[in-house]
Amino acid sequence: MPALWRSTFVLVMVLLAISRPSLASEDTGNGTENTITTLPIVIWKWEEIHFPYLVALWVLVSWLCKLVFQLNPCLTRVIPESGLLICIGWVLGGIIYGADKVQTFRLQPFTFFFYLLPQIVLDAGYSMPNKLFFGNLGAILVYAVIGTCWNAATLGLALWGCWLGGAMGNIDTGLLQLLLFGSLIAAVDPVAVIAVFEEVHVNEVLYILVFGESLLNDGVTVVLFNVFDAFVSLGGAQIDAVEIIKGIISFFVVAVGGSLVGVVFALLISLLTRCTKNIQIIEPGFIFVLGYLSYLTAEMLSLSAILSCTFCGVCCQKYINANMDERSVSTVRSTMKVFANGSETIIFVFLGISAIDPSIWVWNTAFILLTLLFIFVFRFIGVFLLTWILNQYRLVPLDFIDQLVMGYGGLRGAVAYGLVLLLDENKYKEKKLMISTTLIVVYFTVMLQGITMKPLVTWLKVKRAAVSERTLAEKIQNRTFDHMLVAIEDISGQIGDNYMRDKWNNFEEKWLYWLLMTPIARKSCDPIFNIFHKLNIKDATSYVKEGERRGSLAFVRNESKADVDFNKKFGADFSEMMPYIMTENMGPDHVPVSSILRDSVPSVCLDMHEQDLKMRESEDFDAHHLLQQHLYKGRKQHRHRYSRKHLEVNKDEHEVQEIFQRTMRSRLESFKSAKMGVAPPKKISKHLKKDQPQKMPNGKSADNSKSHAYGDEDLEFSEGDSASGCEAAGGSFPMRAYRGAGIVNPAFMAEMDTMDPMPPMQQIPSWLAEAEVDSSNMVPSQRAQLTLPWTPSNLRRLAPLCLSTHSNDSFLLADSPATQEGISELPPPPPPQDGQGQGTHK
Amino acid sequence: MGSTNSTLSKIPNVEELMQETGFTPAHIVRLYDRFEALDKEKTGHLRPQDFGAINRLAMNPIGDRIIGAFFSPGQETVDFHSFVRILAHFRPADKKRPKDPSMPEPVNSRTSKLKFAFQLYDQDKDGKISRAELLQVLRSMLEMQVTEEQLESIADRTIQEADLDKDDAISFEEFRKSLEKVNIDHKMSIRFLR
Repeated sequence: MPALWRSTFVLVMVLLAISRPSLASEDTGNGTENTITTLPIVIWKWEEIHFPYLVALWVLVSWLCKLVFQLNPCLTRVIPESGLLICIGWVLGGIIYGADKVQTFRLQPFTFFFYLLPQIVLDAGYSMPNKLFFGNLGAILVYAVIGTCWNAATLGLALWGCWLGGAMGNIDTGLLQLLLFGSLIAAVDPVAVIAVFEEVHVNEVLYILVFGESLLNDGVTVVLFNVFDAFVSLGGAQIDAVEIIKGIISFFVVAVGGSLVGVVFALLISLLTRCTKNIQIIEPGFIFVLGYLSYLTAEMLSLSAILSCTFCGVCCQKYINANMDERSVSTVRSTMKVFANGSETIIFVFLGISAIDPSIWVWNTAFILLTLLFIFVFRFIGVFLLTWILNQYRLVPLDFIDQLVMGYGGLRGAVAYGLVLLLDENKYKEKKLMISTTLIVVYFTVMLQGITMKPLVTWLKVKRAAVSERTLAEKIQNRTFDHMLVAIEDISGQIGDNYMRDKWNNFEEKWLYWLLMTPIARKSCDPIFNIFHKLNIKDATSYVKEGERRGSLAFVRNESKADVDFNKKFGADFSEMMPYIMTENMGPDHVPVSSILRDSVPSVCLDMHEQDLKMRESEDFDAHHLLQQHLYKGRKQHRHRYSRKHLEVNKDEHEVQEIFQRTMRSRLESFKSAKMGVAPPKKISKHLKKDQPQKMPNGKSADNSKSHAYGDEDLEFSEGDSASGCEAAGGSFPMRAYRGAGIVNPAFMAEMDTMDPMPPMQQIPSWLAEAEVDSSNMVPSQRAQLTLPWTPSNLRRLAPLCLSTHSNDSFLLADSPATQEGISELPPPPPPQDGQGQGTHK
Repeated sequence: MGSTNSTLSKIPNVEELMQETGFTPAHIVRLYDRFEALDKEKTGHLRPQDFGAINRLAMNPIGDRIIGAFFSPGQETVDFHSFVRILAHFRPADKKRPKDPSMPEPVNSRTSKLKFAFQLYDQDKDGKISRAELLQVLRSMLEMQVTEEQLESIADRTIQEADLDKDDAISFEEFRKSLEKVNIDHKMSIRFLR
């Protein structure tokens, strides 16, 4: 969310930056005239800031429109959002026109192509499903290149034929101009297509075909447009075979060159993100700046900017996602979406606003209707024709219904409008007619086809996208399938797609990973491993959520019964799953706890305890705030630091130290009161003695991991913090259910029973935890402690601490004859390094 | 196509084979050429080492399993008919041919494709993918990229996902269930000279 707001702000800033030049010029104009007679307290500086102010206001207004639509879902269910935005554009345009009597605001081609389009294209490229895209690249290219040329040529020729036949009356045009018009309106618009198809959820092959086509054919259209524009400038007489061949060559050079520029920039981005480890905070910025630069560079070289930006996004995504920090990746993702969705919204609103301007409308019924008809018809013919050819070669042929939807999905949009505005009125006498026609076509396709698309898809029973939850089994199986197909191709001796893909994968693994990825990223880029990681994170999150819900309830209400069903429901699953998370994320100090935990999955009684512990372990990932919620708010408040360089959570050692000391103080106080004969603190001391001996004999192995005590730390702190001392906390502790849990040795059961009357508390005081941490040379930060996995068996490590507690704190000893018994059973523990731990709190 | 016919005539029972596998004569001829090329000693049978001679197959992490799939248990060789039958698993399912209930299920049906995939895992042919078997496959496919512990937990997790009857192994039914959403026909088909 912060990322969203940040990026929103950035967008506004960008828009403001746009207006800088004009602002500057106005400054010089206005500043000199005002001579002041007295010191003004406030002055009205509208003139100076009106441009950026208006830009920002327009952005705001457009986005508010979107907000309004999203408030009533029944509207968006019928009419696609793009259509609604156009409608609101009409209304706004009407208001402006009513007020100004002239259309003040209009979508300018420059603004459109340089400030609104790039982010949409970059986003489309960046979030492209790569495998699907490259798997269908052949078909996409056929549709995008040949299909677009077909659309342009047929429309141009057909219109020319009608014009020659006199159907359009007296308009000043010609074959080349009509071809140019055909080419600019030929392209299916990604903005409109995505807006509609995203809501429809068609199957992925169909989606990628339409989407890929719409994206790539924009590039093709712009190229075609430029070629024909040049032809028109040359004039019909000068065009000979050489010029036509040059045109074709330039077409390919521009398209391929643009793509290459994009690939080069993708390499650059990937290389850059390899070494941005230390400037993580602006890491995402590089993606945007370089992506934008790829667009501008291609434009500067008069290559296809759209293609460049697309391929930049497509090619770099894999590497930058692997290289960058996870937070940066999500920042890039959400920022991308903000930019793209934001400018998409603006585009549609302004498409609506631009229409309310009588000065651009020229009506020619025949021209407009014929254009609409031809676009519609030729699109279908083109799709059927090309699909028929493609189906001869496709492994999975596209069926008739898919083709229908593809044909019907030929929405035209803002690119066409932007291009038509670029026309030079001196050369094109009918520019206004073309603008009107383009607008009509856009409205017709976006509104009518957009609205009818959903019912059509339902009615035709188009295969929808399966809502597939990716599972490990699927992923592994997919990998096996890939290997299998390659092997079978090898055996049957053909060189097919799988062979090529395999070759490419090998090459990528060998060279590209080495070149473009950080060594760490290289290790973890395996897709199976990734999905494993994601599943684990998901489990952890849902676990934390549930745990928090339960945890907070337990905190407040102190209901022991409530825990049981949670345990039944989740305990089993999570005790199975959590170990994996730990093994995976623990890094260097991870322990293969899975087996240990499984052996000793505790019975119901331990549940709350168990869960709280695990909850904390999973906090390592993303629930650090749980700690922060319950701890030491007072101190933290004036610890807020502002830093532009770091987003880090406060891991300050002093703070931990502080918390530790405070806890200690309150604990000691409560112990003193215990000496005075107050009951509850006794429980703690008894518990202590009880707890350690019970568990230690169970230790299966001398585990090098840390004790489970850390898990309780937060409770401990909150207790201390609540300032009510142990009495209150002791009563409200959610862990009464502890008794009997994890106790394997029956010898201690008896002892437990004698303690019965008092609800035993099982948590270990935090100083023990502290000491343990110190002794193991861990960084004593909250976070570090939380990463420590708990296993029932590793409590052995606590033995020395227990001993030391017992020897140092004489009052503990006095309270607990039982302790001796337990301790005597212990193997002599390694020399405790509890010096610091004990020393600090004494 | 004279050469096609002359090659076809060399193969015994070719009609039956085509009927069974759904391959066209062109496919059969092409596969026969391939078979002969692999069969260096012209015995009419392929042995595992003949497959081993395919260089790229040696690099394939599950290459040996695929080769193993060509040989029915206890047999050291594979003749042309079995060779074609195995390959027929990878023919795309044809939509044109109407379903004939009297016919045995074609080898390129979803079920038999899945069976083929299943037996690649199930090396001891007990009808279940055990944890150890899955681990072997995983190890060969992921090799050095992950640690042994991670491998094990991936295997555990995978079994846990698919395992419905909690016997710590994946039966064929469970295997099929876990891949219910995957379009097997897309994933396990090769464009044979279409």
